[in-house]
Amino acid sequence: MLTELLDILSFQGGYNTSVVLLGSALLGMAGGVIGVFSLLRKRALISDAISHATLPGITLGFLVALALTGTGKSLPFLMTGATISGILGVLLVQWIKDNTRLPEDSAIGTVLSSFFGLGVVLMSYIQTLRDGSQAGLESYLLGSTASMLQSEAEMIAVFALLITLTAAIFLKEFGLICFDPDYAASRGWSVSKIDLLMMALLLAVVVIGLKTVGLILIIALVIIPPVTARFWTDRLGLMVGISAFSGGISCFLGAGLSALTPDFPSGATIVLTATTLFLLSLFLAPRRGVLATGLRQIFFRYRISRRRALLSLGQGQPVLSSLFILLLKHEGTLDKNGQVTKLGQQKIRQMSRDQDLWNQYLSDYPEEAFAQKNWSLSMITDVLPPDLIHELEENLRLQQKVAG
Amino acid sequence: MIAKLLRLQPHQPLTSEAAKSAPLAIQGLSVAYHHKPVVWDLSFIAPAQGLVAVVGPNGAGKSTFIKAALGLIPKLSGEITVYGKSVASQRHLIGYVPQRGSVDWDFPASALDVVTMGLYGKIGWLRPVRKAHRAAALGYLEQVGMADFADRQIGQLSGGQQQRVFLARALAQDAALYFMDEPFVGVDAATERAIVNVLKDLKDQGKTVICVHHDLQSAPDYFDHALILNIRPVASGPMAEAFTAENLQHAYGGRLAPSELSGLIPLAGQ
Repeated sequence: MLTELLDILSFQGGYNTSVVLLGSALLGMAGGVIGVFSLLRKRALISDAISHATLPGITLGFLVALALTGTGKSLPFLMTGATISGILGVLLVQWIKDNTRLPEDSAIGTVLSSFFGLGVVLMSYIQTLRDGSQAGLESYLLGSTASMLQSEAEMIAVFALLITLTAAIFLKEFGLICFDPDYAASRGWSVSKIDLLMMALLLAVVVIGLKTVGLILIIALVIIPPVTARFWTDRLGLMVGISAFSGGISCFLGAGLSALTPDFPSGATIVLTATTLFLLSLFLAPRRGVLATGLRQIFFRYRISRRRALLSLGQGQPVLSSLFILLLKHEGTLDKNGQVTKLGQQKIRQMSRDQDLWNQYLSDYPEEAFAQKNWSLSMITDVLPPDLIHELEENLRLQQKVAG
Repeated sequence: MIAKLLRLQPHQPLTSEAAKSAPLAIQGLSVAYHHKPVVWDLSFIAPAQGLVAVVGPNGAGKSTFIKAALGLIPKLSGEITVYGKSVASQRHLIGYVPQRGSVDWDFPASALDVVTMGLYGKIGWLRPVRKAHRAAALGYLEQVGMADFADRQIGQLSGGQQQRVFLARALAQDAALYFMDEPFVGVDAATERAIVNVLKDLKDQGKTVICVHHDLQSAPDYFDHALILNIRPVASGPMAEAFTAENLQHAYGGRLAPSELSGLIPLAGQ
């Protein structure tokens, strides 16, 4: 089983399977890239409206193709239908949002369920036609790579590459619009045009991904990889790169697993693979991950306790916790007999100075200090700008003069 | 001369010589949200080289005025020119500092990334950000005392620091006319001083700043002109002429505490 999987993943499972895998990987990459921008533009859910809205289009495309060519399963007809009804769905969401008092999420919920309902009715009608070619149409619901033709996989690959390239070229503009659309508009950037392009790319990913991932699960392709990537970086460019990689590898592995077990819909295996990467990131990512947050919490307590211990020593009070005496001995603040060393005195002076400045900050600017997450945690010079620290020092000196 | 120009001139056409050369000339501007007028029949000519405080009570349409002047929200009526031409054709001359709360600070960007956005206009469509651009952006961060924080994710900055980053981004645009929306809200005194210094520098360079300002006490110290709004324009002109207790009382009505007013009364006589 494992060797078979390795064979498939190393492109030895036959030419057709290899092309399908490659197409899927590129599809995942495209979804990961464009997904970052829908996430940051806070429009992640609109992709769910688009994907569900494609179903009536797919079924109508099937019926038109059946009438014109005698067979319903013609990819160009299905894709065109999907695109048109996807666009209709988005326009309807936009219209409801602009012309009623409904919030966007209600508009999305209404549109996606109505379109999906219509699609299911049309699909059931097609099932009654007994034409024979309708078999497999339901694979658009949950995705199936097993029945994918080589030409279809190639088309997916080409479009996925085009989408990724376009998004990469517009990285600067997309980032600007996502962060601060008002500012962008004030500089003369056409926010509506750039938004339209983002929406078009999102729609394109959904349409080319229908066959592989299925319309019910395709939203995962544009949401899970970006949120996975966000765990690892604070930089937009890197986030796009990591999201592309994580989307690509999820689709590659997921499609490989599905090729091995054709009974599993490929959409499900792909999404589960993406979820695995997400869970790994959730727990293991440095800084933003759950584990790192927990460790930081422990370290945070340690830092507070150490600061308190040094300040107590500075005021001539003994450190009570025997654990902390050990730690302070270890770092050289106390010698073997528990006496403060020279190095220790320097550290104590530094720490009380720092605490004085933090206290001064708190009394001078209570609101600012209250909002400052690092208050009295880090050294103040690492947190506040030099001009402010200079001012605090001046105020402190004045106050000490008055007190003295 | 300027003093004469700045007195309210409700229906002077924008074709006048004064309006043509003014950094910002507005004639009969009205804006509504959901059928409720928020700015009503505002005419205003901004001085060349000056710092204008836009003051007025909450809901007086101060931010709306700025957004409409920038063309960010549709206006019901009125004409706006910047140095005699339409706003759309003069965007390269206009800088903007939005309210700090208007963006998501958890966005994956560093302070330097945000300042670099001020250079995007110069960089142009589809061209990548280069090293020279980042170096230039760092220079602007330095001007607001934030060079040490260039690589920090913007969410990790304090409110005052975030405001300084926004200011540096506007400086990077190298505009002639700046709009600022409440830059002094929620910032520490050091940041307040840094902003005031930047404002002075801008004025010395011959630029014009239109700034929504909520603090009546500091307005006369920081600015040299005032535009007092309460949906309708109440007064505009040089600080000494426009920023009088009478005008403020008129704009704020009963909402202005007598103590606040009494602190300002001496100004009226200047």
